[in-house]
Amino acid sequence: MAERARLLFEGPDWSFDKLRRTHDALAEIAEGELGLDIFTNQIEIISAEQMLDAYASVGMPLMYRHWSFGKHFIHHERQYRKGARGLAYEIVINSNPCISYCLEENTMALQALVMAHAAFGHNHFFKTNHLFRQWTDPDGILDYLEYARDYIAACEERHGQRAVETLLDSAHALMPSGVFRHRRPPLPSLREQTERARQRRVEAERSADYLFDTLLRRESDDETPDRARERRATMRLPEENLLYFVETYSPTLEPWQRELLQITRNIAQYFYPQKQTQVMNEGCACFVHFHCMHRLHEQGRIDDGALLEILHNHANVLTQPGFDDPRYGGLNPYALGFAMMRDIKRICTEPSAEDRAWFPDLAGCGDWRAALRQAWASYRDESFIQQYLSPRVMRELRLFACSDTAEDPHVTITGIHDEAGYREVRDTLAHSRDISISDPEILVTDVDLLGDRVLHLQHVMRDGVPLDEKAREATMAHLRSLWGYPVVLQEAR
Amino acid sequence: MTNFVDRRLNPKDKNLGNRRRFLRRVRSHVKKAVDRSVRDSAIADVETGGEVSVPPDSIREPTFHHARNAGTQRHILPGNRDYRAGDTIDKPPAGAGGGGGREGAEDGEGEDDFVFALSRDEFLDVFFEDLELPDLVKRTLRNTETTTPRRAGISVIGSPGNMDLQRTMRNALGRRVAMRRPSDERLDALRARVFELEAMHEPGAEARAELARLQAELDEATRRRKAVPYLDPLDVRYKNFEQVPEPNTNAVMFCLMDVSASMRQREKDLAKRFFILLHMFLQRQYDRVEIVFIRHTHRASEVDEETFFHARETGGTVVSTALAEMRRVITERFPASEWNIYAAQASDGDNYSGDSRTCVAMLDGELMALCQYFAYVEILAEEEAQFINSDKSGTELWRAYRSVAAEWPNFAMKRIARPGDIYPVFRELFARGKAERADG
Repeated sequence: MAERARLLFEGPDWSFDKLRRTHDALAEIAEGELGLDIFTNQIEIISAEQMLDAYASVGMPLMYRHWSFGKHFIHHERQYRKGARGLAYEIVINSNPCISYCLEENTMALQALVMAHAAFGHNHFFKTNHLFRQWTDPDGILDYLEYARDYIAACEERHGQRAVETLLDSAHALMPSGVFRHRRPPLPSLREQTERARQRRVEAERSADYLFDTLLRRESDDETPDRARERRATMRLPEENLLYFVETYSPTLEPWQRELLQITRNIAQYFYPQKQTQVMNEGCACFVHFHCMHRLHEQGRIDDGALLEILHNHANVLTQPGFDDPRYGGLNPYALGFAMMRDIKRICTEPSAEDRAWFPDLAGCGDWRAALRQAWASYRDESFIQQYLSPRVMRELRLFACSDTAEDPHVTITGIHDEAGYREVRDTLAHSRDISISDPEILVTDVDLLGDRVLHLQHVMRDGVPLDEKAREATMAHLRSLWGYPVVLQEAR
Repeated sequence: MTNFVDRRLNPKDKNLGNRRRFLRRVRSHVKKAVDRSVRDSAIADVETGGEVSVPPDSIREPTFHHARNAGTQRHILPGNRDYRAGDTIDKPPAGAGGGGGREGAEDGEGEDDFVFALSRDEFLDVFFEDLELPDLVKRTLRNTETTTPRRAGISVIGSPGNMDLQRTMRNALGRRVAMRRPSDERLDALRARVFELEAMHEPGAEARAELARLQAELDEATRRRKAVPYLDPLDVRYKNFEQVPEPNTNAVMFCLMDVSASMRQREKDLAKRFFILLHMFLQRQYDRVEIVFIRHTHRASEVDEETFFHARETGGTVVSTALAEMRRVITERFPASEWNIYAAQASDGDNYSGDSRTCVAMLDGELMALCQYFAYVEILAEEEAQFINSDKSGTELWRAYRSVAAEWPNFAMKRIARPGDIYPVFRELFARGKAERADG
């Protein structure tokens, strides 16, 4: 009887009572034992339709309106209705309080799993990882999105849906090139930023626009190299953030259009840390839910049935089919992340001779909790893999690296999971997770606002990989419409 | 403190605005799909919504990204079996479905169309778009059934306007009696007596005792009146109304078609599309729509849909036989007092010489009075349509029917030559008729 009384829940049905009990039990383990640092949780139960809604608006609870979200919604809905794809069990938002959406169809065991995963795992990662701390403003994001939605709705009323849509189309096309990767500007909180933006807009409306038009344009060729260098320096060229540059210097945009560009740019920047930490973020969340669920079971607070159901789902999510398996769809970030996290724990507690050679500081240190917390806080995928990917994980996943040169008739294996190949595999994997390498690097190199106003871009090629031509032309058309004058893109080796 | 929020009751359809914007963007494809659905489905099956297929190019969201098959690309793959460093693997020949299965699917070229389903409402929106129907008509068409409110007992909830005063007051009275709320008279009497006693110049011991007793009684009564209100929310009753579907009357639709040799597959196809549209229109307004197919050569007979559109028959052309058959069916099965009768006739305009006058006589004499609406389309050959451009000239039947049209506002006629003509024909025939009815 006493045993039963300790159970947090029984059977598949959930209730808010059980949820709260389970949450509190999880909090004891996550905060008490693992030492996680989390934002206050807000757990929201939503229906399948609402989950589909959330999918379409990139997981955010509020978003401005745009046809592309409608397109994604229709696509997801169709996939879901056809049974081709299930829904995510949860969506979690990097905000303070940290909002997790849980699907109402989940069984109680799943809700427990989902809470451990999202409300503690992801939540801790959002709060402590340095990229999120530096680049995102969880306190202000919801306010900012609300402001964005209202502002864009107001623009639609004032300037017409068509005009706003055209501009957003162009802005969306440039969103991946609308983030600061290397430079870090002082980042005031988003709320301050909106306030400042509003004032700036008023000012801009008063002065800037017509100035550009009334200035006498200089005939070309009479510019000295010195002047050109100075001009580039004042505009801080080369500039990697295309949206920022266009927003600031476009000779044709109206103030509201600049504001719209800034909104999309801020949203892109907000999501940029997530793109850079997918493996770690999921690895952290999976590790936390795995640990918490096993602890609950050890304490006798969930029964065998619940644990089995949880493990079943856990295994489903973490499957990594081999490259020649028909189900293969790339490296599974959940599987890789979880394997690495678990391996860090193993290295700390039961290191082998190999581990001692590879990780002299970590091996056998015993305090795996602190080691993990430190890893979660201070890395991003690329550096995390460089630092922590152990030979053992490479062997377990049987990773191998290959190189595919377009002109060659064959693909070359450059390294496998053996003594000679560990470093090659690790480097290649780290590079493939580095957004600033896998996304094309496009820089604004020059523009003469007083001259021909042609925007010069340069694509810095790596390994001789050019831009996809069709997509390049389409995106350039968008950029041209934003800039208002010709845009030239150069492929540089 | 952790919050648990139940969002399930929040308004749904957050994405409706986005979906609308998307539909507007792929407008031309939606329109095409709707037109196709109208053309291809059986008469009664049109309008279930229909699938729209959009070529991916028109809704692509481009971004800068690396070319797939150029330069040197490095990959990490899991699940190595027996590769060693330095091994080379021959690439599959170009065009043979790409490298690793997935690459092929992702390749820009072989992409499938973006397919989605239109809801019924969205379908109708597009369908009605050009019809220029007055809003009222649109509303009637959109609703599959109309309802009228009917009294259905009483209820404890409702809007103040529906309050049932009599019942409410009766309940209040009953409660006041049961709870022994002191009445106004009793209170007045007590007050009067207390006042009287207090006014006594020199009250005796008896009077003082009475005063104390009455005073207590008065206090108690006042307290009780406060505790037991005159009208309590518990007493209130509302009249309850139920929405009862209006018993829609039935309609019967007569499809009359000339099936003599001069009517070939093209003419029949055109006729069919015309019938489909009429059927859709009627279905919106009536619970039950019966269709009667009457084909005729020099004899007329009632047949099923399959025979109507596909079987062949030879013979001359006597249009009046079809009208006679229609009248027979009406008399036998569809008394005009119970049925709304609609007729649609399609013909190539040929008729046995002299018969057209009989037709006019039959229509004028009886049929037009029975029919809500009689629509006649004459199907022309494409080359004919080129030079017939006046309504005045035409076949004998056409000229004869013009006199009917002049007489009866519910008779409409039109010439069509191409599938493209049908839509406007339909619009003119019904938009006009319905608009008048809606306004009247």
